[in-house]
Amino acid sequence: MEGTIFQYEFIIKGLLGALFASITAGLAGTYIVSRRMVFLSGGITHASFGGIGIGYFAGINPVIGAAVFGILSALGIEFLAVKQKIREDSAIGILWAFGMAVGIIFIYLTPGYTPNLMSYLFGSILTVTTADIIALGILSVILILYFSVFYRTILYISFDEAYARTYSSYVDAIKYITTALMALTIVLNIRMAGVVLVISLLTIPPNIAMLFTKTYPKIVIGSVIAGFTGTTAGYAISYFAGIPVGATIIFTLVIIWIILKWLSQLMKKRQPEVRDQ
Amino acid sequence: MDFLFKIDSLSAGYGNDIVLKDVRLTVNRNDFVGVIGPNGGGKTTLLKVILGLIKPFKGTIDFNYTFLRQNRIGYLPQMSAGDNTFPVTVSDVILSGLMIQKGIVARMSGEDREKAKIVIDELGLTGIERSPLTEISGGQLQRVFLGRAIIGDPALLLLDEPDNFVDTTFENDFYEKLHQLNERMAILMVSHDVGTISSHVKSFACVNRKLHYHPSPVITNEQLSAYDCPIQLVTHGRVPHTVLEKHD
Repeated sequence: MEGTIFQYEFIIKGLLGALFASITAGLAGTYIVSRRMVFLSGGITHASFGGIGIGYFAGINPVIGAAVFGILSALGIEFLAVKQKIREDSAIGILWAFGMAVGIIFIYLTPGYTPNLMSYLFGSILTVTTADIIALGILSVILILYFSVFYRTILYISFDEAYARTYSSYVDAIKYITTALMALTIVLNIRMAGVVLVISLLTIPPNIAMLFTKTYPKIVIGSVIAGFTGTTAGYAISYFAGIPVGATIIFTLVIIWIILKWLSQLMKKRQPEVRDQ
Repeated sequence: MDFLFKIDSLSAGYGNDIVLKDVRLTVNRNDFVGVIGPNGGGKTTLLKVILGLIKPFKGTIDFNYTFLRQNRIGYLPQMSAGDNTFPVTVSDVILSGLMIQKGIVARMSGEDREKAKIVIDELGLTGIERSPLTEISGGQLQRVFLGRAIIGDPALLLLDEPDNFVDTTFENDFYEKLHQLNERMAILMVSHDVGTISSHVKSFACVNRKLHYHPSPVITNEQLSAYDCPIQLVTHGRVPHTVLEKHD
């Protein structure tokens, strides 16, 4: 009896986690992929590992440490690139490694054994707490509201920032807020997929969606569906095969992407595109 | 008064770098000014000052708000053929020209979509309004950006080197379209192709740190050098227009 209740809770937690991860990663991922910010997001992810290390060392929740590090490094990269005129990719590379170094040093300095380190690097649904799920749920609501209320403004700034500046004085504000929300999305999803793998949770679903549609709102919806399918399938496979969940999810998503890419190319060949000038 | 804006004793630039010095320019309704000059001479800076993207160091720019309500300036930025992979449709891009009239929580109404439809028809983009930019041709892309610039029915249209990007098959159509637009709005067009635009513009502004206004579409090499405006007069194939003679 005890076992079945545990299993039931485990499945609910997994499904809710998958749902919220897909919603947040779908919204954030579409933005990141459309704006070609994948490398920046990778930098934010790894820099936030510094916050995880400091969190361990100071005995506070590592997710809070990671969130602070993630947001600060996201804004720091923008700051270094714009104000200090450091090339953006270099700024990302520096903060990427710096965050990892800080994380490793502080985890090394933390007395005692740190059993959850692997779960932060590669993700583990087993260590996802109810608080993590609630946090992801709240973030889902915030992101849905944010993107629906400011849809046009965000879309047009992302598409053509220079032009947006000719009519809008809040281009920078929107950019910084959105980047901070992206960082928060990444950090909260680290629990699901881990530092090393989370970036693919954000990038693969939009790329699956873009095989079938090229308009922004539809890519978001497609990403959420693709993300949820891949996450739950990966979750189930990992459960029955007894292999690590983060890696299984990413593996499943990539396989889905490859199959659908192949299918969409097959469809295109069968219906040659007629386009007039 | 029929003027749209008056620039007086204006200096502008970036940091300590003065790009424009003591510039004077008045643009009236229905003017069609070709802005020419060497690279780095300040042509784009002039547009940025008019658009309010950079603050002048010195001097004033007076807008006539009888015609320029809500800063109604249409703008076609310089374009590169490169990155238009962003997932956005033709009609969404054209609608973004209305953002100046909207707040940060912008909603597009049925009336706005009606305006977009009129522009789409006018520019011959009917049928591709729902297409993403990745699936249209270069000429169509240019018309989409022109649509964005004119959907708000501006009194003034600023074009930054449109000839850089326009494909030759569409070039005549493009200038023909500008002529039509010029009946209802003033146009300021940056270009380095003096030969081609001289048959379209009504006057020239030669910008090379200073600005020399030339109130005629006919301009000679001698005049250009007198204006300290070192550019080549390139003539193209059939040239029924450029008369290289001095005039009054």
